[in-house]
Amino acid sequence: MKPVNQKAWFLILPVVICVAFSAILPLMTVVNYSLQDIISPDRRVFVGTEWFKSVMRDDDLQGALIRQITFSLTVLIVQIPLGIALALSMPAKGWQASAVLVLVAISLLIPWNVVGTIWQIYGRTDIGLLGASLSAMGFDYSYTGNATDAWLTVLVMDVWHWTPLVALLCYAGLRAIPDAYYQAAQIDGASKLAVFRYIQLPKLRGVLMIAVLLRFMDSFMIYTEPFVLTGGGPGNATTFLSQYLTQKAVGQFDLGPAAAFSLIYFLIILLLCFILYNWMQRVGTSDKEVSNG
Amino acid sequence: MARIELDLAHAYKVNPLRDEDYALLPLKMTFNDGGAYALLGPSGCGKTTMLNIISGLVKPSHGTVKFDGEDVTALLPQQRNIAQVFQFPVIYDTMTVAENLAFPLKNRGVSPQKIKARVGKIAEMLEMSGQLNMRAAGLAADAKQKISLGRGLVREDVRAVLFDEPLTVIDPHLKWQLRRKLKQIHSELKLTFVYVTHDQVEALTFADQVVVMTRGRAVQIGSASDLFERPQHTFVGHFIGSPGMNFLPAKKTSTTLEITGQRIKSNWVTPDLDQFTLGIRPEYVTLTDASDAGAVQAVVTQTQDVGTYWLITSTVSGHTLRARVATHQPIPKLGETVHIAVLNTHTCFYNNEVLIA
Repeated sequence: MKPVNQKAWFLILPVVICVAFSAILPLMTVVNYSLQDIISPDRRVFVGTEWFKSVMRDDDLQGALIRQITFSLTVLIVQIPLGIALALSMPAKGWQASAVLVLVAISLLIPWNVVGTIWQIYGRTDIGLLGASLSAMGFDYSYTGNATDAWLTVLVMDVWHWTPLVALLCYAGLRAIPDAYYQAAQIDGASKLAVFRYIQLPKLRGVLMIAVLLRFMDSFMIYTEPFVLTGGGPGNATTFLSQYLTQKAVGQFDLGPAAAFSLIYFLIILLLCFILYNWMQRVGTSDKEVSNG
Repeated sequence: MARIELDLAHAYKVNPLRDEDYALLPLKMTFNDGGAYALLGPSGCGKTTMLNIISGLVKPSHGTVKFDGEDVTALLPQQRNIAQVFQFPVIYDTMTVAENLAFPLKNRGVSPQKIKARVGKIAEMLEMSGQLNMRAAGLAADAKQKISLGRGLVREDVRAVLFDEPLTVIDPHLKWQLRRKLKQIHSELKLTFVYVTHDQVEALTFADQVVVMTRGRAVQIGSASDLFERPQHTFVGHFIGSPGMNFLPAKKTSTTLEITGQRIKSNWVTPDLDQFTLGIRPEYVTLTDASDAGAVQAVVTQTQDVGTYWLITSTVSGHTLRARVATHQPIPKLGETVHIAVLNTHTCFYNNEVLIA
């Protein structure tokens, strides 16, 4: 038997300390808040799970959660196929490839609040290109007055802002496929669709998984752009989870419920990412032999 | 099944001016129906380009490709109906072995019963019948390479099978198995096989005819013994054999013969040229003694025990001369002066790198 040396554990100590200060301690502070009613700095009462119960029964929160899930799912349904399509149509080499890459990446370089401002002006019916054009065509468009318009504008803004990320990831994945695969497919007489279905899509699995997780997490935490564009309105049509949370914690200073809600929010993201990741790991792999039996 | 005729040149550059601009210099070549050919040469000699031109992945910039007399230069790979096995195994990850093998037939709209029969037959030939329902992605490199080959063979009317260094990623102990499998399939199916490699052992054991290529030129086509005994070009002499052929410069007047400046007395017939190069394989030189006036004097610089023989490296007036010496013979020491006979029936003579006698 090999001699066992447990001293190596000390080597991970710096990481443990860093993670403790950057993640674990702040999280425990939030846990601490979520279990107490802080009336004033020197008066606090332990309330147990009361904040959790009240937050879960909060109609506004349930509404925000449903809006949030709908939004994130729509984002994925639109951005992933669109990103793949973009990546497939981008040139593979030459100066055109570099030019297109720069063009596609531009929206990713713009700060979130600037994106919100750009679309706020872009969508205005008096001076904005989009808003004015839509009005001129006879549409009764207003992202400040109409809930559907506001929701769609936030969605289109997010698609504009983040589809390039999916496209760039897929582009990188596509470039990594060796030429021999395309040549073999050509010799095997495969159609373009078959090449996509049996070579490109399976080879993109890894990057698509990253793209889906990134886009899901990011869209689930969306805050700045709708805050700048619509401020959550009209009514609460575009009030997503993080904005609701900010209103509670910063606006009303309800630290207890806000902390309880933060933890629930955190767990929801964790759970959904876990489910997504495991589902994507499994799709198109192991269970194939079973079904073919 | 097809006879392949090439009469072409290829340059990747748009306006080739010099010889170096060509990946393949103008050449005429015929691969006979049912033959096993190897294209052998160092990296960058144009062998893969030639293979890709045959398969249609590359369109030659000049000239034509003919299959059985029919001009196929303009046809796409799928229309030429050839099979190609690449250096790295290409398999469709999401499919099972059976689905992989069926893929080319499915794309061509063959009926399911026929596909099943063909796939079963090819799997049996490749000894993969037991793995048909396994996912292809999980298999080892040699099995994947067999699937690549199977996807070519599954089409009954395939006209030629092309291999582009197919054993590169295979473990050494599986290489010979797979190579034997290829030979067996070749003798069973009588298809035209063209095999690209830079490994002379692979080429010489696989093919009936080996095409030796260098710098875009096919310098010799011949059997293993042709290449070994009568290299048509000094490059072939260098490249084939381990170690390669010895080359020594010679000068001749009406009465004398000098090899590397050493005057040789020999009645051996040599070419009627003032200057030429003498080539002899290390296997065919013999160590003699000072009494042999037909031998050159050399100084031993290295001796190596290669197991079944000794390899003696020596210098003859600045030129390297290697000799294989049987283990039971006396082995000269380092720095010793030896006499080596270089003129016999196996000696070849070259002028401007080309065999003259």
